Amino acid sequence: MNIDMSQFHQVFFDESQEHLDDMEQLLMAIDLSQVDAEQLNSIFRAAHSIKGGSGVFGFDALGKVTHVMESLLDLARKNLLKLDVELVDEFLTTVDVLKNILQAYQSASPQDDILINTTKAKLESLLDKHDSILQEQEESQGFGLFETSASSKQTDEAFGFFEQDALESDGTQAAADNSFGFFDDTPAKANTNAGASILATTNPAAESAQKPLTSAERRPARTTAAAANPAATESTTIRVDTGKVDNLVNLVGELVITQSMLSLVGAQIEGVMAEKLQSALIELDRNTREIQDAVMSIRMLPISFVFNRFPRLVRDLSATLGKEIELVIEGGNTEIDKSLIEKLADPLTHLVRNSIDHGVELPEKRVMAGKGRCGKVTLRAQHRGGNIQISIIDDGAGLNRERILQKARENQITVSENPSDQEIWQLIFAPGFSTADAVTDVSGRGVGMDVVKRNIANLGGSVEIESQQGKGASFHIVLPLTLAILDGMGVSVGGNVFIIPLVNIIESIQAKPAQIKTVQGSALLNVRDEYWPLLNLYQVTGLEPEFKQPEQGIIVLVESNQNRFGLVVDALEGQQQAVIKSLEKHYKKVTGLAGATIMGDGSVALILDIESLSRLVKKDAIKELS
Amino acid sequence: MSQTTDVASKHAIADPEMNEFLSFVLGTEHYALDIMKVKEIRGYETVTKIANAPPYIKGVLNLRGDVVPIVDLRIKFNIGEASYNEFTIVIMLNVLGRIVGIVVDAVSDVVTLKHSDIMPPPEFGVAFNSKYLRGLATVEERMLILVNIEALIGSDELGLFDARTATEQG
Repeated sequence: MNIDMSQFHQVFFDESQEHLDDMEQLLMAIDLSQVDAEQLNSIFRAAHSIKGGSGVFGFDALGKVTHVMESLLDLARKNLLKLDVELVDEFLTTVDVLKNILQAYQSASPQDDILINTTKAKLESLLDKHDSILQEQEESQGFGLFETSASSKQTDEAFGFFEQDALESDGTQAAADNSFGFFDDTPAKANTNAGASILATTNPAAESAQKPLTSAERRPARTTAAAANPAATESTTIRVDTGKVDNLVNLVGELVITQSMLSLVGAQIEGVMAEKLQSALIELDRNTREIQDAVMSIRMLPISFVFNRFPRLVRDLSATLGKEIELVIEGGNTEIDKSLIEKLADPLTHLVRNSIDHGVELPEKRVMAGKGRCGKVTLRAQHRGGNIQISIIDDGAGLNRERILQKARENQITVSENPSDQEIWQLIFAPGFSTADAVTDVSGRGVGMDVVKRNIANLGGSVEIESQQGKGASFHIVLPLTLAILDGMGVSVGGNVFIIPLVNIIESIQAKPAQIKTVQGSALLNVRDEYWPLLNLYQVTGLEPEFKQPEQGIIVLVESNQNRFGLVVDALEGQQQAVIKSLEKHYKKVTGLAGATIMGDGSVALILDIESLSRLVKKDAIKELS
Repeated sequence: MSQTTDVASKHAIADPEMNEFLSFVLGTEHYALDIMKVKEIRGYETVTKIANAPPYIKGVLNLRGDVVPIVDLRIKFNIGEASYNEFTIVIMLNVLGRIVGIVVDAVSDVVTLKHSDIMPPPEFGVAFNSKYLRGLATVEERMLILVNIEALIGSDELGLFDARTATEQG
């Protein structure tokens, strides 16, 4: 039988990557003062699965290292090896090395043999060290009570005794049945008792012998549990190509449109059948919406997929920098599109590193500033209407206005005469701004804040900064939920329908002529003693509107992150849910548009990007008035 | 979908005897493009206009869930009259991993051309720049202008894609 194993490689790589991620998270979560046996078992299982897989596929380098790691973990979970910080660190390093090995296999690039061998040697030396310690312990325990050989012999005997004799010699069938029943549930307990009582009568060293026996006997039961667990997870999740899911999303979109068309046709039918048809159509409507929701949710993953890498990063980085940092993660369950998750990792990592490196001060400095020694970095994700906002908040020194300005001057970046804080903070996103002593540079990374900003902008998001000298800085990444359904208001101009995201809308009004003032050629709207600049949608879109005067049409008051203004449109078409379609997929990015959506009749409506439209608004006129 | 097309087109180039072209009409001229790039042919429907787009980009329409740009080559290259009636045709193309529709006056035929049938393109006398042309061929006394549709759609002159995304796709 000749099976092409390479077709399974990708699955193995994916699974191993997940196992390694799990291992990392579990290692990070271990509380050394009170080690949770189940956690250790999970780590062991992950290592074991990787080892098994790499053996099958012939990835020897991966197998070799994992094998030694597995041996160590095995000892640890049997309580034969005490976990300490050094060991956990070593495990974490090994996980990193394993990731590298996996990557190399995946890209079919040569393995770093030196790294592999040193890692293996390091682990083996730990294993050897442990063996010698164990031997010493045994000797010292045996000493004075029994000879070493006697002690270990006794243990062997106990094994033999239990396996062969305990059930039978204890006599009755009932007892044996009972023991069988026990074996599945609490074998360790049964064994211990049996072993202990037998030993107690024969051997004063029962106390010391009991421990290894207990854990050794526990093993078969645990292994079954380990085997049963992956089976359970396999049955609840399947791996699907994202392309297939995308295809499904599109098809469902089509279904929704067909359904809407059918509803339109159904509404025109009269007679006896009409009522029956109507109720069937209503049913169909509900079902299609439910299918749509369900399909949409397939692509959504909790953001903890990205967040979970940060405890490790913070731990390593704070150790290197000699800082004490507590990482708080909030809103890890917030769901976000999978494609965004992958692309978020790099910018987020940069921002978190940035906060730790430059935001949070050294413990001594913090104490001097009257703050606690331990700095706090918060990662928070939350939904804000149609957007998801991810914040990286630190309680460090905050951005230094003067230094940024100075740096900007050195780099010949033009700064307005009396810049606001916001303007200054945005300077750090300028290309080439980060140099070795710049406020925002993370040394030796080769990636500047400009790349962060660009990456986020490519995802259709923006980065905002808040900072207070001495109190800390917050970076807020605002991202659209690209594939999520957007709640929007349909508006029309010259017969064309546009969608305004509902999040941006404050209210819609029909203005009286008296409310409109013209200052310096731009129209302003007075609502409850507040002046709003007006933007004519027909001018932005180059369409011929029904009404050119603002008071004839409808004014939608909208707000963006920076600006509030009124958008003049012909009419409101009603609220609706819109599936955001990217214009860039087949065309290119268009200023002022966040994307497009498909309407009930199958036509395309464009979704307005209030954020970029707000930049077209002239603010000078407002200043003049106020 | 696009993958199979690519494979097929490579195959077609490797075997010059088997080149098939879809011929279409712009104004009074007859053109043809590699049939492997054609996704489908449909009647012209109303499109959604895009603000500040050049006039030859008619707008976007919904192709089974994809928002696809529609280009009128007649406007871009000043060929014939850009009128829209029930006979106006849109050829949906699968190029560079994207879907783009082009408006034409009519679709005539599928022609099979041997490599030896194709003559080099003229330097002038055709509305298109010669870098977008594959050559000329004569079919049934009629001259066909073979368009290198991939080069045309992906060109900076048409500006259909952001320069950056176009290279990513390429």
